[in-house]
Amino acid sequence: MLSEKHLPAFYALGALLLIILPWILTAADSSYLISTATRLVIFAIGAVSLDLLIGYTGLVSFGHAAFFGVGAYVVGILAFHNFEETTFLGFDGTLTGLIVLPLAILISALFALIIGALALRTKGVYFIMITLSFGQMLFFLFVSLEAYGGDDGMMMFEGRNILPAIDLNDRITFYYFCLAIFTAFFLFCHRLVRSKFGRVLAAIRQNEDRMTSIGIRPYSAKLLIFVIAGAGAGLAGALMANHTEFVSPGLTHWTKSGDLMIVVILGGIGTLIGPVMGAFVFLLLEEFLPIIFHELGMDLLKEHWRVVFGPILILIVLFAKTGLYGLIFKKEG
Amino acid sequence: MTQLFFEQLLNGLQLGMFLFLVSAGLTLVFGFMNIINLAHGSLFMIGAYAVAVLTNLTGSFFLGLLLSFPVVAAFALVIELLIIRPLYHRDHLDQVLATFGLILFFNEGVSIVFGRTPLFLNVPEALSGAVQITDTFSYPLYRIAIITVGLMVAAILWFIIVKTRTGMRIRAGTTNPEMIRALGVNIQALNTTIFVVGALFAGLAGGLSGPLTSVEVGMGENLLILSFVCIVIGGIGSIRGALLGALTVGLVDTLGRAFLPDLLGQFLDPATANGIGAALSSMSVYLLMIIVLIFKPTGLFPVARAA
Repeated sequence: MLSEKHLPAFYALGALLLIILPWILTAADSSYLISTATRLVIFAIGAVSLDLLIGYTGLVSFGHAAFFGVGAYVVGILAFHNFEETTFLGFDGTLTGLIVLPLAILISALFALIIGALALRTKGVYFIMITLSFGQMLFFLFVSLEAYGGDDGMMMFEGRNILPAIDLNDRITFYYFCLAIFTAFFLFCHRLVRSKFGRVLAAIRQNEDRMTSIGIRPYSAKLLIFVIAGAGAGLAGALMANHTEFVSPGLTHWTKSGDLMIVVILGGIGTLIGPVMGAFVFLLLEEFLPIIFHELGMDLLKEHWRVVFGPILILIVLFAKTGLYGLIFKKEG
Repeated sequence: MTQLFFEQLLNGLQLGMFLFLVSAGLTLVFGFMNIINLAHGSLFMIGAYAVAVLTNLTGSFFLGLLLSFPVVAAFALVIELLIIRPLYHRDHLDQVLATFGLILFFNEGVSIVFGRTPLFLNVPEALSGAVQITDTFSYPLYRIAIITVGLMVAAILWFIIVKTRTGMRIRAGTTNPEMIRALGVNIQALNTTIFVVGALFAGLAGGLSGPLTSVEVGMGENLLILSFVCIVIGGIGSIRGALLGALTVGLVDTLGRAFLPDLLGQFLDPATANGIGAALSSMSVYLLMIIVLIFKPTGLFPVARAA
């Protein structure tokens, strides 16, 4: 087991691994896995953003996939109108990444502001339920958008967003693009939770009444972190839409919010790097459990790998509270 | 128009009864044991599959329904002993995740055993046909039977909780679990009983829903989330709240879907009205819940809880 003093070295090693990953995969003749690696990096952005809420502020949000969906739909809808040469509320569609990506972040932040302002009036289990309900609301909203494919969602026929000098349609370039954004977001969150504001969040998690009594309004701080986390998830959603060139209501299904929570817990809450590892293991299981079962001759389990994953999850919750992070690092203090 | 309205009203009532059967267990388990059980929807599904299989085996829907009770109870007992019991004193996050794991397990387990194609059940002979309510208006007997069962369960629950000693303990435990333990009540046994009884209601609802919808994997999940809306609107832990919440949600959902598009059509052009109407009606219950929580953050009938 490592001490937390080794964290910087661990970060460096992880970053190095992610940077050389495309070479390894190409050398191992499995470059198709670059797509999985891209998914990992995008998923990790979403997981880190949720950790800000669950781990650092103690807000169990069960509707985080909603913001992921909002980000994805901003990309999808603009691409759709660009293709059809029609307008959305008077605006032309576009594929220009420098417009689309900031807009996706902005609009998901706006949704998070509205949803957070209402949901944060409740506490505890009511907060879990109200975020779940907002998630469902957006899910049904997307389902009812017949113009954008309703249930089935829509394809981005003209490919990914366009950036100056960076060709996102090249899958290795796209991987590095997502990796760069992930790194920036991770560093931002890393600084955020160690800032004065981060300490306010930790204090709110421990005892909200105490914060109120020393003159800090928990509500504003919670709303701010909710908006930041929502914007982060929206960014991840926008990248995911670009990655799959496909957007559907399924992105905001409540089980996706559940998946994000699993990843955060699996990795270890309140650690940032934990959820990244969680995302890694989750996608690894998703990708390789079917193959492993196939190799073992258990074809029945190959299709139904979740029948094994469910109990694994339960065991982790019951017996490994600190998650992967706790397995690797010894907490100090 | 009035006929259509009454038909939809009864449909809403019937959905409300299903929701009540599921919510009753959910709210008891939450109120008394402080456990969020996402796998409650799986018990609904297990009930439906048990009834479908046993009906085919015995040839009688009623016998199937009766025999499904011990099956559901056995599942509930195992779940309670193995998974729920260690979660009593863990936070809600752990409970959500562990029971989410149960959902994954049961969904895949059922699709391994029964495959992905849904099973279909016929409405039992004795309850098929329709009841002539007025000269021109008739309503399916089976749906009326469901409404009756729901009302009966509500009455029985009310009697148990308000009039019996066990009910007194349940109410006391919801308000202050430590105190009732100190007074020498075997809280463990009571916990298990409540969990199993709640599961039986969910299983009953699942079994009854079989002839109306298809019996398939994941069938309990939408109902589960709607039931959460019901108990949150009603105030978690309150049976009265669960009944009121279930009826409200059932009616709002059904009537919204039936009439909102037409209603909006009075003001907007048909295509827009249909689009917005469909969107609004599928979101209506969630909007309702959000509005309730904004004004009453702990639901309409909050249960006083000692800190």
